[in-house]
Amino acid sequence: MIRLVPRSEAAPLLQIATPVLAVLATMIAGGILFAIMGYDPVAAIRTIFWDPLFGPAAGYSRPQLLVKAAPLILIASGLAVGFRAGIWNIGAEGQYIIGAICGAAVALAAYPAPEMWIFPAMVVAGAAGGWAWGMIPALLRNRFGASEILVSLMLVYVAQRIAAWMAFGPMRNPEGFGMPGSRNLQQYPAAANPELIPGTGAHWGVVAAALAVLATWFLMSRHIRGFHIRAAGLAPRAARFAGVKPETLVAFCLGLSSALAGMAGLFEVAGPAGQITDTVGVGYGFTAIIVAFLGRLHPVGILLAGLLLALTYIGGELAQLTLNLPAATVQVFQGMLLFFLLGFDLLTRFRIARRITA
Amino acid sequence: MNRRQLIASVAALTTISLAAPTWAQDEPLKVGFIYVGPVGDGGWTYQHDLARKAVEAEFGDRVETTFIESVPEGADAERAITQLALAGNKLIFTTSFGFMDATVNVAKKFPNVKFEHATGYKRADNVATYDARFYEGRAVIGTIAGRMTKSNKIGYIGSFPIPEVIQGINSSFIHARKVNPDVEMRVVWAYSWFDPAKEADAAAALLAEGVDVILQHTDSTAPLAKAQEAGAIGFGQASDMAAFAPSPRVSSIIDNWAPYYIKRVGQVLDGSWTSEATWAGIGDGEVVIGEITEAVPAEVKAEAEALRDKIGAGEYHPFTGPLNKADGSVWLAEGQVATDKELSGMNFFVEGITATIPK
Amino acid sequence: MIDLFALFLMLLSASTPILFAALGELVTERAGVLNLGVEGMMIVGALAGFAAAHHTGNPFLGFAAAALAGALIALPFAALTQFLLANQVASGLALTLFGLGLAALFGKPMEGVKAPAMSPGPLGLNWIVWLGLLMVPTIWWFLNRSRAGLILRGVGENHDAAHALGYDVRRVRIAAIAFGGAMAGVGGAFISIATVLQWTEGMTAGAGWIALAIVVFSNWTAPGVLAGAWLFGGVTVLQLRLQAAGVRVPVQLLSMAPYLATIIVLVAISARQKYSRRAGGTAPGSLGQDFHALR
Repeated sequence: MIRLVPRSEAAPLLQIATPVLAVLATMIAGGILFAIMGYDPVAAIRTIFWDPLFGPAAGYSRPQLLVKAAPLILIASGLAVGFRAGIWNIGAEGQYIIGAICGAAVALAAYPAPEMWIFPAMVVAGAAGGWAWGMIPALLRNRFGASEILVSLMLVYVAQRIAAWMAFGPMRNPEGFGMPGSRNLQQYPAAANPELIPGTGAHWGVVAAALAVLATWFLMSRHIRGFHIRAAGLAPRAARFAGVKPETLVAFCLGLSSALAGMAGLFEVAGPAGQITDTVGVGYGFTAIIVAFLGRLHPVGILLAGLLLALTYIGGELAQLTLNLPAATVQVFQGMLLFFLLGFDLLTRFRIARRITA
Repeated sequence: MNRRQLIASVAALTTISLAAPTWAQDEPLKVGFIYVGPVGDGGWTYQHDLARKAVEAEFGDRVETTFIESVPEGADAERAITQLALAGNKLIFTTSFGFMDATVNVAKKFPNVKFEHATGYKRADNVATYDARFYEGRAVIGTIAGRMTKSNKIGYIGSFPIPEVIQGINSSFIHARKVNPDVEMRVVWAYSWFDPAKEADAAAALLAEGVDVILQHTDSTAPLAKAQEAGAIGFGQASDMAAFAPSPRVSSIIDNWAPYYIKRVGQVLDGSWTSEATWAGIGDGEVVIGEITEAVPAEVKAEAEALRDKIGAGEYHPFTGPLNKADGSVWLAEGQVATDKELSGMNFFVEGITATIPK
Repeated sequence: MIDLFALFLMLLSASTPILFAALGELVTERAGVLNLGVEGMMIVGALAGFAAAHHTGNPFLGFAAAALAGALIALPFAALTQFLLANQVASGLALTLFGLGLAALFGKPMEGVKAPAMSPGPLGLNWIVWLGLLMVPTIWWFLNRSRAGLILRGVGENHDAAHALGYDVRRVRIAAIAFGGAMAGVGGAFISIATVLQWTEGMTAGAGWIALAIVVFSNWTAPGVLAGAWLFGGVTVLQLRLQAAGVRVPVQLLSMAPYLATIIVLVAISARQKYSRRAGGTAPGSLGQDFHALR
């Protein structure tokens, strides 16, 4: 019989080895899938994992990795802090949408004023909007004991409908020939979130994502609050005796993660996405949950996981483009990658031992 | 450094690196397509992909086509379009309204690539726009609907309250009324282009209201399935939906992009392509009325086909006065024809429709 | 004037897919597992059911195949969460992605084909509508009156205690996950076989996500799921019906209402639980947590 024995410390070598193993396993399983579908497995794997980094058009796709990964990393680093404490915000998608709407509201109200303060005010409004949306589950949990998992998830649906309402109603572009969607903020210089250095893809959201990784790393490993968070996640009762107030932690963790999600929404709507539409939420909030776990709730892991997912998105597009691989095949492949990464993670947390039977 | 300089410098960078491998005459012309849905949606994207295949069939090895499907509108679209341009596509069709700004942005960076954006209104030297006069087809099926209804109530499932859909509702109502002065129209907004369960519910709601002919501007066959259950009739939308013929699907309004795509690819091949706004209809074969089945009496079929041919020949415009707006004010005087500008921003119902447009 | 009885019949039909999926998720969650992959399992069921109905010409075989396919596609999720102890939220999201992709991939040959006709049951409603209604008391009985249901609830409430009593937590949960998949599969197949009569990619269009909300609304009881399915289905049916009757309705605001109602219900029940310590169903104690037996 085989049994699992928890490791007291995650083995450092395995920390690195398991994701590599998982990616290799995906390549093999995916290769078989591609071969069955009648595509060259080697070419497909190379297109997805290699070409975005070193292929003929890599000069364009490398910066795009940052653009695609930035919101995922920004949201996931906030979520991971809460997940460490056992506080489950799975409504980042809703906080992202509300952040985008609040930030855009500042820009649309100020339009066409050219002042310098507009973009910073939008960032604040975006973060505040996300934060406020995240405070709803925090308050309801602290006051009434309602599950923050479920409340935050329900609020995603509400946020999606608010976005649709905005796109067709109050925020509709008055010069848009009656079509839904707001003005395009990319074309409003005071509100735009453009590429900071040409050709790098880096906009303010990328900068914010990098800062978030650093800040959450500092918080979790160097700050007393990070210690409290980890303690609360590992041994909630002991943490309470040590003077950690659970209510404060809930408010802090939900507040932090939702403010970051709201900021991510604002950076997207002012930059790459450009406008509020009924589909402004494109799923970054949910994908970020996967990124947080793939990154083992560690800031550096999240950085790498975000980049890896971005790689498969962009590689998947390239595979459609160059090999005529259907989008569905790419989607199945991504599903497999997630399954393998989540499954192999077991090895870092447990070791396999043979059961000793009497 | 301000934003404009920034764009200019990016453009300069990309043009230098990309202008080098220019397309030589003996190589096939690469044509790219960006789709908002999957090619298997059986509706909007499916029809664009049929037209792509028609381009391949027409030009053989003189062209090479590729597509990226299920591209979300927004940031992902801009990247996908850029990838197509970088891959050497010299003509790129972006087939959803929501790709408009992304198309214009990418076009600035690739002055040597030609772009065709569907249903939008922003053009540039290398960005053309194209759209179909679906309202012409709606006039024909509105005529059939007006003749076929026994309850004198026809229903319309709208997707979103945008000009294109409003044109369709008005056109079908005007022509149903023309052949049947007692006809009433019920309108339901689904707020989706494709949501089978909701479309079925919308159809059921119309049927419960006594409607016996359903027109739809949403892409699934769910309303036809509901109509069949209730013994009502309907029309195929976007694609022919022939699986439901001869009834409940008595005819259909088909998006046929093939003639336009073939024309434009041909113009790039012979160097005569220019940026323009095309709004083609029945006459150009872009809007096609699917076979009118035997469930429709011969004289109604003949009447509908006569109208179709008159519109196709340019002898008749579906929006010809006298027409009043729903609020009773005069829109078009006797013999006056609606301008394209009026139509492309249409945000009102014509007199006789009691439904309201959500604001 | 709106005929209320006719409206109710419409509602019964319209709420069937979400009722099935939510009942399945209810059983899964009562066993302590939160599976966010409902949408993925529904779409796989929609395809498998449609394909089987088309090939055999028998829609009922289609529904059976949908149940089987839904259960099968849930197995990777079961393996990940029960054996490999992966996080349930992340694994469920991955399952949705995988299921949508898989269905799109294998659905190509089914495009443009029409489903075989089904003869309607009593009151002109589809037999599956009646089956769904019958599942409500059945699942209520199973959870509250049967021994197996008691064990399942015990596993969901406190997996360590259940384990200590000698129950195989893992086996119970895998069975619950598979059942949840089967029910979601049937719900999806209702859309393809009974509602649309065709297969198209993405045709479940978010129904699985609504099912998740309904389970919360239900306060984890079978009658509550029925009420939730009727509320969520009812708001859609009613607003469309009012539109058809020419009444002006604020569609977006109205469609938010059931979600807000769900939050209010959840808060009210949590508060009652917190302040009065009265017994009564609420979220299972071990919902969403990994179980690992140390012995």
